[in-house]
Formats: sequence, C-alpha cells, structure tokens
Amino acid sequence: MSTGFIPVVSGSALGSSAPAPASPKNVPQRGGAANPSAEALRQRFGAAIKVVDVVWGETTVVVDRASVHDMIQWLHDDPTQRYDYLSDVTAVEFRDLEQPLEVVWHLRSLPYRRFLRLKIQLERGTALEVPSVWDIYKSADWLERECFDMFGIRFEGHPDLRRILMWERYREGYPLRKDFPLRGRFSRSEQLRQALAANPEARYSKEELSIADAFDDLPNDMQRRLSTGERTGE
Amino acid sequence: MATTKRTVEVSLSTTGVDAEGRPQRAPLAVDDSGNLVVVESPPSMEPDLEGEHMLINLGPQHPATHGVLRLVLELDGETVVRCIPHIGYLHCGFEKTGEYRQYNQIIPYTDREDYLNSPGNNVAFSLGAERLFGIEITERCKVLRVIACELSRIISHLVWLGTTCIDIGAYTPFLWAFQQREEVYELFEMWVGARLTTTVTRVGGMAADIPDGFTEKLSAFIHKFPKVVDEIDRVITRNGIWVGRTVGLGVMSPEEAANYGLSGPMGRASGLAFDMRRDFPYLDYETYDFDIPVGTNGDVYDRFLVRMEELRQSTRILAQTLDRLPDGPVNIADHRVILPPKSKATSDMESMIHHFKQVMEGPRPPIGECYVAVESPKGEKGYYMVSDGSSKPVRWRIRPPSFVNLSAIPRMVEGHLLSDVIAINASIDIVMGEIDR
Repeated sequence: MSTGFIPVVSGSALGSSAPAPASPKNVPQRGGAANPSAEALRQRFGAAIKVVDVVWGETTVVVDRASVHDMIQWLHDDPTQRYDYLSDVTAVEFRDLEQPLEVVWHLRSLPYRRFLRLKIQLERGTALEVPSVWDIYKSADWLERECFDMFGIRFEGHPDLRRILMWERYREGYPLRKDFPLRGRFSRSEQLRQALAANPEARYSKEELSIADAFDDLPNDMQRRLSTGERTGE
Repeated sequence: MATTKRTVEVSLSTTGVDAEGRPQRAPLAVDDSGNLVVVESPPSMEPDLEGEHMLINLGPQHPATHGVLRLVLELDGETVVRCIPHIGYLHCGFEKTGEYRQYNQIIPYTDREDYLNSPGNNVAFSLGAERLFGIEITERCKVLRVIACELSRIISHLVWLGTTCIDIGAYTPFLWAFQQREEVYELFEMWVGARLTTTVTRVGGMAADIPDGFTEKLSAFIHKFPKVVDEIDRVITRNGIWVGRTVGLGVMSPEEAANYGLSGPMGRASGLAFDMRRDFPYLDYETYDFDIPVGTNGDVYDRFLVRMEELRQSTRILAQTLDRLPDGPVNIADHRVILPPKSKATSDMESMIHHFKQVMEGPRPPIGECYVAVESPKGEKGYYMVSDGSSKPVRWRIRPPSFVNLSAIPRMVEGHLLSDVIAINASIDIVMGEIDR
C-alpha cells in the first residue's frame, strides 16, 4: 500500500529558484534569448542545423532530415541536455503550396525545464519519409501514427504504422492535407452508401484473429478476403 | 465399445473416487440393446485448454470504457496477454475545421474536445492565440482564468472519481461527487449562461466579467467542498475493497512514465514530478501557493490519491484567487482584437469600424507560430498554432493529454486480469472527445 506523497512545493516556497513566467510580457516577437540547447546542437552537428529562430520566446531549430534522428537521440541521452519527454509530433502544411511541408517535434527537458521545437522541411516532390523516434520515446507510437494518418508522412522504423483515427480501409487520402476538401472527397450520399456496403462480419484483422487461433474456424470466403488484406469493418 | 453418437450427454454416473476423494463422473450412453453403460472416455477426450487463448472485444459500446474506446484483448484464462486499442470512433476533424475558422470561432470547438474541462481548454486556446497576437492580458483576466481553470479541474476530477467508483463497485461517492459538480456547474451558469460548453474566454479577455454574487457563492463552495472531499476520503481511501482493487495495478516507473509521455496525475502518480503550472508556468501560477502531490508507486491507487489531493489543492488556489482578485477591466483595450462594447459600436464611428472588421474578417496575428501548453486535469494540454498572417490559422494542433496517456494502456494492462483492465482504464481518465477530436 502506498505510503503517501512526496510533497513538491510551488509558489512562494520555491523562492529564487522559480522559473521566469512564460507569459509574453516583454518578449519580442522575434530574436529573444534562444534555448541554450540550440547552440549546443549547432556546436555538435554544425552544418545539419539550418536555422535557429526564436518566435515569441520559443526556440525553433530547423534541421536536416538525415540527421534528425541522431540529434533527438543525442538530446535524449546527453547529460547536459536530458530531453526525456516528447510532447508532440506533428506536421504543418501551408496554404501556399510552394512552401515545404514541415514535420515538427516538441521536446521537453524535465530536469532542466527547457522546451525545444525541432523541425524539418520536406520539399515538394520529395518522398514524405522521415525517421521514426519510436525507439527513443515510446510516446511517439500513437503520435506518429496520427501524423501518418492525417498527413501521409511515413515514419521509417515505426513498428506498426497504421491509420489510427480514420478506419483502416479509409481510401480518401489524408484529411489534414490542404488538397483535401473540408467536407471530404465524396458526397454525403456516397459516404453513406460506402458505409452501408461495408461488410460488418469481418470486424477483426487477420493478426487479431490469429492470436486466438480463430482464423482457421472462419468460413472460406472470409478467410480468403482477410488474407488478401481486405478489412471490412473497424 | 458399443456406444452410439446420440447418447453422449444423457446422464452422468459416479464411477468411483479419485485420489483426492472427489467423486469421478463419467457420461452414460445407451448401447444397442437399450441398456445404460458408462462411457469410458479416453484421457484426451476433453481438449486441453492450457495455452489456448481467447479473444475478447471490450467496447466500443461499453460503459466502463468511458466512451467509444474499443480494446481487443487476448486472454489466457482471465489474464490479459495482449491488448490492441482501437480509437477514432468520435473523430470529428476539429483540427481541419479550425483551419477554416477565425480564432474566436475556434473557441467553441475547444469546449467539445475535452468536455469535462471546457473552461480550461478555452483558457489554453486563448493563451495560445494571445501569444500569437502578442497580447498581454489584464491582471483581473488572469485571475478570472485561474478561477475557470481550477473550477474545471474540480469538475473533471469529480467526474473521474464518481465514474471510477462505479466501475470498481462503489455507488455512494458517485452521488456525492456529482452533487458537488452540480454546484460548480451552477457557478458557470451564473457566469456565462452555459454549463457544459462554456466558451468562457475570448482572445484578449473573457466572454463576461463575473456577475454580482459570484464571489460569495464561490467562497461558500470553497468552504463546503473540502468537507465532501474528506467524506469521500473517509469512505473509500481505506476501504478494503477499494484498496484491493487498485493497489499494484498498472504500475509505471518514473522513467517509463516520461518515456511514454505520461503527464498530469498519471505521470505524477508514477513519481514524475512534472506539473506545467510549476515547471512551465502560465497565468502567474508561480505566485500561487500550492503543493503538487507526487506518488511513489505509480499504480491505480496512487493515481486516485494524487487526484484527491489535487481537489484540495485546487480549492486552496481558488481561495487565493478570491483574496487577490483585482478590480479593473477584464478585456484588453485594443479593439482591433477584442470587440468594443455594443453601446459604443452603435454610437462611435471608430468602434463601429472595429466591430465590422472583426466580425467580417477577424483579427489577424503576425506570421509566426507558438505552442502553448497548460496543465489540464488530464495532463499537458497543448495547442500548437501556426499563422501565415491571415485571420485563420494555417494549422491548429491539439496535443491531447489523454491520447498520449491512453497509448500506454497495452503496457499497463498486459499481465493483469480482465477485471483489472476496467480499473486501469478508468485510472487513465480518458475523454474520447479529446482523444479522437
């Protein structure tokens, strides 16, 4: 049974060790003091750092795609950085389709109370492939799946890169891309028709059925459909 | 042996006792001449169940999954061997819709994602938009927003407490918790007219100042509420059933909790002393005195204790807000961002222009981006907004805490019993509206 809490105090009891308020008071829109990790990254990785930008007090480091995994690994492992917490993985596509698509990692160093935004730019016409950081942070699992689901960015090295919010047979594309219309690609009546035409019997994937040895008990036609990778319901 | 197939389960006959003295049973059959005979079953007649796994589908329409969550569980007997979560049943595309809305028009969407923490989401979104616009809000607005955040933390934890009690089999604390939640909803009804979907903030201020009598009612609530928490505490904290069903379940170490991205009470119960209010403060939280409970074992019971203590600490913060609530304007003076009073809009030319421009076009932030995270009752709730200088964001990203917390559920339930899956899932405090968005 639990013995209780380790009380961690806040407020005035913190005294002079309290961090500065994270409000935009007296913070310039651009060019504030950068996170010291940005300079450390530049010293270690040099040319792979393209831009260091400070917007409203938040440091953004735009880096090279090839070395982003090594950088995050280094930020995670190095005792002077200790970025042990991955807040978010997401992507940004601009309305101006000339601008490159960006993949963004938000990292936190809990021991040093630092926040860093790493960013890579995927030029138009290049493959939407970036290295996965699942081997460093387990929290990247669903975040990367969502990013793949919504933007179609493939995270190389992710063990289970499936759609997560949309169902697995969703074939209309990637909803958060700017070329995707707000109401979807099909009319309401066509979407309803597709939903009703879905076969409700195959609710499980082949992998899920195989864990219970239930696959062999299924009717032949359903086995055939499942083995071709067809998923009828989610 | 002369048996026929049609007689397998006619009756059972006792053929003797086994080594432990229990009677041995054997099925009887009818032979060709109509006599009952004992069927000599070979030892392998019953299939060996050892190692045979069963697939069970928990949800999506199951009240104990707290929404439309579907867990496909592989069971060995009653032990969970593997858990495959499926989400997305409530996906509404809030982030996509937000790209087609002005900043103030997005605030009602934030009500509907984590609907137990609507005021907290409104505050988080407004803080993000204000950083994007470069606005410094007024002192009174800051304190009012702290009141909104802490009241919604109380609501969320009370709903968590009540529903988890029901999941584990205690009904009374549910009624007590929901009664107190009703009081908080009455406060919000007084303030903005709505109870659940409050939309209490605007970019640069609040929807309304607090009405007359609000502070008295709030201080009455602060006075009364800790007694109810103590009562719930007395009923369940040392209750044998409660302890037996929560201790040692779903344990996460501090390192694992950080690696899996657990935040909020989930991370703190695991010993990860991480609270956005202390570590990355906003709304002058660094000037309030409150303790952050941090657990030692990281199990379901510690998560319960942490949330109970947070209820008390939220009350403590609320008491401090009442002491320091300053007079003055709630909204900023810049009418390019926040609407001028209606009386001025109909009498003053410049105010009318501001009014028209805001309603028709919406305020435009400079080109830039920001990620603003607050401590929601579930954990680190972040909004990442990118602006290209137009009145609608290019990208509005919600970082949902319970999405990341839920992604650790396979790690937490594997190896536990099926009935413990309910307790562990309840301890995550998920809101599917936020997970699926």
